[in-house]
Amino acid sequence: MATKTTREIIKDGLWSNNPALVQVLGLCPLLAVTGTVVNAIGLGLATLMVLMGSNLAVSLIRNYVSESVRLPAFVMIIASFVTCTELLMQAFTYELYQILGIFIPLIVTNCAILGRADAFASRNPVLPSLLDGIMMGLGFMAVLIALGAMREIIGQGTLFSDMHLLFGPMATDWQITLAENYADMLFMILPPGAFVGLGLLIALKNGIDNHLKERQAARAPTPATSGSKRVRVTGSVS
Amino acid sequence: MAFVKLSSPHAQGARRTSQVMQWVILATLPGLLAQTLFFGWGNLINVVFCVALAVAAEALILKLRGKPVGFYLNDYSAVVTGLLLGLALPPLAPWWIPVVAVFTAVVLAKQLYGGLGSNPFNPAMVGYALVLISFPVAMTTNWAAPEGLTAAPGFLETLSIIFAGQQVAPDTFTMATPLDVYKHEISASLASDVRQLPMFGDWVARGWEWVNLAFLAGGLLLLWLKIITWHIPVSMLGALAFMSLLFGWNPDLYTPLSLHLLAGATMLGAFFIATDPVSAATSRIGKLWYGAGIGVLIYLIRTWGSYPDAVAFAVLLMNFAVPFIDYYTQPRTYGHSKARRGAPGKNG
Repeated sequence: MATKTTREIIKDGLWSNNPALVQVLGLCPLLAVTGTVVNAIGLGLATLMVLMGSNLAVSLIRNYVSESVRLPAFVMIIASFVTCTELLMQAFTYELYQILGIFIPLIVTNCAILGRADAFASRNPVLPSLLDGIMMGLGFMAVLIALGAMREIIGQGTLFSDMHLLFGPMATDWQITLAENYADMLFMILPPGAFVGLGLLIALKNGIDNHLKERQAARAPTPATSGSKRVRVTGSVS
Repeated sequence: MAFVKLSSPHAQGARRTSQVMQWVILATLPGLLAQTLFFGWGNLINVVFCVALAVAAEALILKLRGKPVGFYLNDYSAVVTGLLLGLALPPLAPWWIPVVAVFTAVVLAKQLYGGLGSNPFNPAMVGYALVLISFPVAMTTNWAAPEGLTAAPGFLETLSIIFAGQQVAPDTFTMATPLDVYKHEISASLASDVRQLPMFGDWVARGWEWVNLAFLAGGLLLLWLKIITWHIPVSMLGALAFMSLLFGWNPDLYTPLSLHLLAGATMLGAFFIATDPVSAATSRIGKLWYGAGIGVLIYLIRTWGSYPDAVAFAVLLMNFAVPFIDYYTQPRTYGHSKARRGAPGKNG
């Protein structure tokens, strides 16, 4: 496997190989707890931490673990990091931990994490693996936040409600109420709304990609017709 | 090349899609008239509003998709979707409920799947189910009381209830549906006591019985014109009656058959919604299974579910099952031996 440049790793994680929009992995927590922005950020941060830690650790041991036992080893590593994250959340954001409930321990089974460990971290040096973990985690979190914002706005007519659960007392008045007397649209708060929302986000991503591709194709120079000559006029031919 | 790609429903016979849809629209008019006479102006305003919204939404999406707007609008399918929603939604529901329902029906359930002929689910029912799940209170309490056109709020007052949010006193002009009331009252009292409630009137359920009979008449017109076949309505009503006689024969415990048939959206569902040619099963035997499934589900959801009426959910659940039904009910092709159940033919 050819090593990727830093730029490629960043672009892959955030956009072209985004774990939620392109690989469509880790949907269970993605669909279940993105009812509000604060839930989305909480879960996103937890996943980001686990992804960073597991990619780093897997990359460190990649030359010492044999092929046949690698998966159990990865799962052990991921489970340890999930437990750390869980304990941290219990200590610092207990209410949010209770809201997210089972979906924090379930990060262990998030296939995006095991996928990155096996597909990237076990074959690459430490620093690129760490970067890959950060970028994949950020890409996942960005989708979570976009979906959470969409569902919160349509579902409750608010944005950034209950942010104090994550950011402490200073965030109590961050809530933006977009519509007074808004009739809550239960559909968007319930899981089916998450399916529709995620579908729209994927469509938007593909639409942007197609648009960019078309623009690039339009900009590309037309191939030179036969018979024309291009003469080098600057620099030196080595 | 000016070919426009057409997909199903490929109308058999001499009628074009637009003519079929126009007949469907005409056949709903008796029901709409009965609704207006018994429940006031709300339904009529709803229908006009929903049709206008549906056509506007369809035109907008067709424009965005780069399709010929006039050509596709001319098949009247958007009008029918809006019309069915207008007939099904509570007459006095505030304006944003039709807006959400129509947007969901036309944009999400129909055009995002590829337009008429490609939608696996009945668009109107997707819109209805979505608003029913989203706004349960507004959807179950805004039915007009069947006081007749003269006693109901006047035209302008109805407009202001729907569009300006004017409050109406509960239980004077609005109420829950008879199906809902019967189900809740019967757990505490006997059938003869429940029947004394004014909303049940002298016969089945005041107003509702005539609305359902009017839809039945419209449906029979469609049958006579051979726009729909008998299979789906008959098997659906038959299955509903069978379930009701089997489990609910005792009116002191369960809603009786007369209410099931004449007090909800049963007739509208049987003749106008379940028979949607795009999302229903295609072969004759398939249609029988499809209709029977809807009938059984309607009974199950009405009796043991938490929603008062069930036509939308039953139709959507059976829409899910249509590929399965079609797969197992392929008719024998002329000149070939009967295919084994679900198995592809020798050359397939």
